[in-house]
Amino acid sequence: MRSSVENMKPVFVRPKSLSDKKFTYCPGCHHGLITRILAQVIDELGIQERTVMVAPVGCAVFAYEWFRCDGVQAAHGRAAAVATGIKRVRPDLVVISYQGDGDLAAIGLAETIHAANRGEKISVIFVNNQIYGMTGGQMAPTTLVGQHATSCPEGRNPQEAGYPIRMAELLATLEAPVYVARLALFDPKHVLETTKAVRKALTYQVQGKGYSFVEILANCPTGWRMSPVQANKHIAAVVTKAFPLGEFVDKG
Amino acid sequence: MPKGTAVIDRERCKGCGVCLATCPFGVLEFTGEFNSSGYPVAQMAHPEKCTGCGLCALVCPDVAIEVHREEKVAA
Amino acid sequence: MERQLMTGNEAMAEAALRAGCRAYFGYPITPQNELLEYMARRMPQVGGAFVQAESEVAAINMCYGAAAAGVRVMTSSSSPGVSLKMEGISYMAGADLPVVVVNVARGGPGLGNIAPAQGDYFQATKGGGHGDYRMIVLAPSTVNEAAALTQLAFDLADKYRVPAMVLADGMLGQMMEPVELPPFVDVGSLPPKPWALSGAQGREPNYVASFALDPYDLRELNRRRLARYQQIEAHEVRWEEVQTEDAEVLLVAYGTMGRIAKTVVRLARAEGTRAGLLRPITLWPFPYGPIRRLAQRIPVVLTVELSMGQMVEDVRLAVEGRAQTPFYGEMGGVVPTPRDILQEVKAHALQRGKHEAGVRPA
Repeated sequence: MRSSVENMKPVFVRPKSLSDKKFTYCPGCHHGLITRILAQVIDELGIQERTVMVAPVGCAVFAYEWFRCDGVQAAHGRAAAVATGIKRVRPDLVVISYQGDGDLAAIGLAETIHAANRGEKISVIFVNNQIYGMTGGQMAPTTLVGQHATSCPEGRNPQEAGYPIRMAELLATLEAPVYVARLALFDPKHVLETTKAVRKALTYQVQGKGYSFVEILANCPTGWRMSPVQANKHIAAVVTKAFPLGEFVDKG
Repeated sequence: MPKGTAVIDRERCKGCGVCLATCPFGVLEFTGEFNSSGYPVAQMAHPEKCTGCGLCALVCPDVAIEVHREEKVAA
Repeated sequence: MERQLMTGNEAMAEAALRAGCRAYFGYPITPQNELLEYMARRMPQVGGAFVQAESEVAAINMCYGAAAAGVRVMTSSSSPGVSLKMEGISYMAGADLPVVVVNVARGGPGLGNIAPAQGDYFQATKGGGHGDYRMIVLAPSTVNEAAALTQLAFDLADKYRVPAMVLADGMLGQMMEPVELPPFVDVGSLPPKPWALSGAQGREPNYVASFALDPYDLRELNRRRLARYQQIEAHEVRWEEVQTEDAEVLLVAYGTMGRIAKTVVRLARAEGTRAGLLRPITLWPFPYGPIRRLAQRIPVVLTVELSMGQMVEDVRLAVEGRAQTPFYGEMGGVVPTPRDILQEVKAHALQRGKHEAGVRPA
């Protein structure tokens, strides 16, 4: 069995901006993939030494430790406010807020909308997996109609629980944001497109252009009771119907 | 076809199987090996088929795969 | 020193700027609005950051971010708004971040009213947020002292890496008095903060968090914090005494009530009752020791508050049965006159006299 990489050139190596820590995520979870994409873009833009990662409460609570960048852990839902505080006093830093759907679209909705509306020069990475993963699979503001969760065991009933919130479309109604997009990760092509969107978002921040928001449709194999491969197929077939992919704002 | 290889960090692999499903050439398989966390580890079961395309690494959620490819021989 | 006529709200804002505060995040609420408005006007002039936040919750979390980035930062509010800040204060205590929070307190609970009150003593001194933490609490009784204590709050918060609160009230915030403003500190000369978020350039990354999943790790963090709290208790207790040397009745009062109590001492003495006053300046750390020492020789320790009785619990802990510890309070934003309190003082002195003469109290 050939295992030597001598005489070969690297096609894909671990980004330098990633720390050595092993992710605490479940097998197949897209959080790890998004973390890798961020680290790769940080490497490409050469901003590792001036990036600050703002981690949420939720499955990504350790997000500040995955990077070889300064990091801060915010209270549940408050990441955009914390990012605002950092960026306003240190505009030279690249401030990235990494948040899940419960954090960003439920408890932190006010902070999310107002940071966007002020045009804070930060980048928000929104991981939309339609469920509260860390707490065991409860209904999220983004849970699909009919989707089962531990706090809606019969499936989300829109008569009682309303409909999934489309954050990208909602923020796209505001004047200030310079970039608002929704991406997915269910196959290599979409992984590359997500990478491109993250690159654009961080580039706009580096250029001082303004607020950027990248919503990423992510899986939660554990919470959805699916295998990782099934979960990815579910995103392609079902989730993208409720959350259309695309760039909603691009003022770059 | 160029020749390549995927180097799998067996301690980072969680056996999610997304790389297996993504590899266009059927290079990777679970061969019954487990790492110290108890996860099945993806293996280069058919190394001769690897072209070094890098798709397995691209989709790996645990950044457990590095991919290398032979330099193109100058014509 | 520069002398100006200012409201308490303005004086605290200007003192903060002079102390090197370069970020302010706030939300409108009466009776502290002038502080926010002063900062909106002045902060840009000194090159700092000002944001009118979408809520008190957002404001304190902006403080969290700015403090994590190593800048002297302040927020201000009034009672209901300070309740909302308590989440962020707990997180900042847990992440060892300095911040100055001004509470221009008002009547409560709930929406209450906008008149001066001291009902937030428990919230300020006993951990209004969740978890095991302490916050330095400074209680000014004049506009001039409000300015001085605001500056002190920044120094103490930085020195011990803790949140510090200036607990004023609606009367102090709104009244105008002459203030001696301290000179501007050179922000560059402040002690460096190597733990701050500044970009991991040529060093390992800095992480700011209040999170430690392993109970032994969290215990260790809490133990280190406890050690700092003990240092604060040992070195930072501040109080003022007025004519305590020969007092037969000791008044204990802080803030606006402390100021009124000074007048009561003068009136009582004019009428032949030897009253004295101990005015706590730091509510945490509380002057337990000084009160205990005085209670060994003063038979009546009368606590006077604009509440149904909060600080009186600390006074009784300090006295530990050495003296009588009656309480007099007004509530709901009602401020008693010196004459109202004087009646209390005289009644207790009289009762004491009867008791000593062998007359059983009624």
